[in-house]
Amino acid sequence: MEVLKKKRTGPVIFSEYKRGNAIKKAVSMSREDILFELKDSKLKGRGGAGFPVSTKWMLTSAAKSEDKFLVCNADEGEPGTFKDRVLLMEYPELVFDGMVVGGYTLGAKKGIVYLRGEYEYMLKLLEDYLGEMRKDNLLGDNILGKQDYNFDIEIFLGSGAYVCGEETALIESLEGHRGEPRNRPPYPINTGFLGRPTSVNNVETLAAVTHIVVKGGSWFAKLGTDKSTGSKLFSVSGDCEKPGVYELPWGTKISELLKIVEAKDTKAVQVGGASGFCIPKSQFDKKLAYEHVSTGGSVMIFNESRDMLHVLKNFMEFFVDESCGQCTPCRIGNVKLLEGVEMIEKGEYTFAQINKLKDLGRTMQLASKCGLGQSSPNPFISILENFNDEIFNAANGGRNGK
Amino acid sequence: MFVAEKNALSEEIESYVNKYGKNRSALLMILHEIQRKHRHISEFAQQEVARLLNIHPVEVYSVISFFAFLNSNPKGRNLVRICQTISCDMKGKNGLVKAIERELGIKIGETTKDNKFTIEYANCLGLCEVGPAMAINDQVFLQLTPEKAVELLGKVK
Repeated sequence: MEVLKKKRTGPVIFSEYKRGNAIKKAVSMSREDILFELKDSKLKGRGGAGFPVSTKWMLTSAAKSEDKFLVCNADEGEPGTFKDRVLLMEYPELVFDGMVVGGYTLGAKKGIVYLRGEYEYMLKLLEDYLGEMRKDNLLGDNILGKQDYNFDIEIFLGSGAYVCGEETALIESLEGHRGEPRNRPPYPINTGFLGRPTSVNNVETLAAVTHIVVKGGSWFAKLGTDKSTGSKLFSVSGDCEKPGVYELPWGTKISELLKIVEAKDTKAVQVGGASGFCIPKSQFDKKLAYEHVSTGGSVMIFNESRDMLHVLKNFMEFFVDESCGQCTPCRIGNVKLLEGVEMIEKGEYTFAQINKLKDLGRTMQLASKCGLGQSSPNPFISILENFNDEIFNAANGGRNGK
Repeated sequence: MFVAEKNALSEEIESYVNKYGKNRSALLMILHEIQRKHRHISEFAQQEVARLLNIHPVEVYSVISFFAFLNSNPKGRNLVRICQTISCDMKGKNGLVKAIERELGIKIGETTKDNKFTIEYANCLGLCEVGPAMAINDQVFLQLTPEKAVELLGKVK
């Protein structure tokens, strides 16, 4: 695939940056200073869960071990998310410099990029880029002349499993096992890859770290809201004139985003990918932020012509496919929810059954082992509740009347 | 399988093991290499990998069966994967699928008689803003029409 180099602009991630600058700055600082900058920035993990980066890195750097690892989670599998693809293809310097800074801060000697199998076409490009970095001593031994600062990056190719975006499943797969999530605790910060302290960070998080190191934590924290600082990359797709990746400050309203991407006749917006929530028109004044509508950046837009039950069916088929099958609530629950959608489709349901299935969904949210099963009922519950008129009541009985 | 073939495969797998190491954590990368070259990981290949990494063959099989991109049964020489997730679905993935099925005379999940193509659905390829998207082996193609998709298949050897 040819690299579609677009001129992108944005307040943080897409702002000016010259390769190597963050590393130069980092080697002149102590590890503690970098951690304090991150603390000031209040940067939270960009994969969706939103764990504070400074806390994760403080715990990992405090862990005592010969070997530590920094893993860049580029297993971007959430439907409707493609920001990591854009970052890796167009801004590899941000991601890799962030990893080198991370390695220095944590005391890790090895960084691993877990690249999803679907992005195999990037492999050569990224390997070549790492080769350039090694040539310029931005990777390798005694980086930029700093004594005993050794760090190298390896790219590991995933193999088409959505669940491997979950950090412990990712580590299992790195270790050569089935990508089934582990129980947490212990967390990877103590017992990660090969039982060593490991920090798993999203691609976008590492890119943000690069900018924070150069420009300072308080510069970053000026943007966004109090609890969600900085900006976020949104992957916008679906019914709009200008789909693509947008960098917007946290706190942007959904309606504002719709205006920017020139969406018309919008009926619903699915925020956070298949595992996210479906927001109806009446709630478009909600803000995108960890404390309001939290998201890893996927925004899918549906206009008035779309059949929301069809959308829901597509999501549930996805989860039935991608459930790893390890725990019962997720393995069986998703199949049952999909059956429910098919029952509605055929008009062969009772409301008692639908309510039971919503209960089952809430059970899955509580009882599933990892984030997949805990979040897969979200679209089922939010679409059936927010679009119940369309699905059950419209035209004298919705699908019943058809 | 002929002895000569077996020996060649053994040697090939040994070269991967030398490249990625004998640790269990090298397993997935080794399987990738075999999959890329042979489009499947045969029982014999599984046994060889297990022998060289000093693990039980069923461990290798269990990893293969987990991942969507690894398979133990042979597939066609070229793997065509059409993204079925909602953004590509809304941009007309059904049209692509129907056109390709008509043209090749097979259904999704099947392999052509001449063993040239296997067609499958893929979950989100991460190309949602430029859908509908399709992958032929490790190459991806964007903003397809049924006509363009069929034309692309014609160019594959």
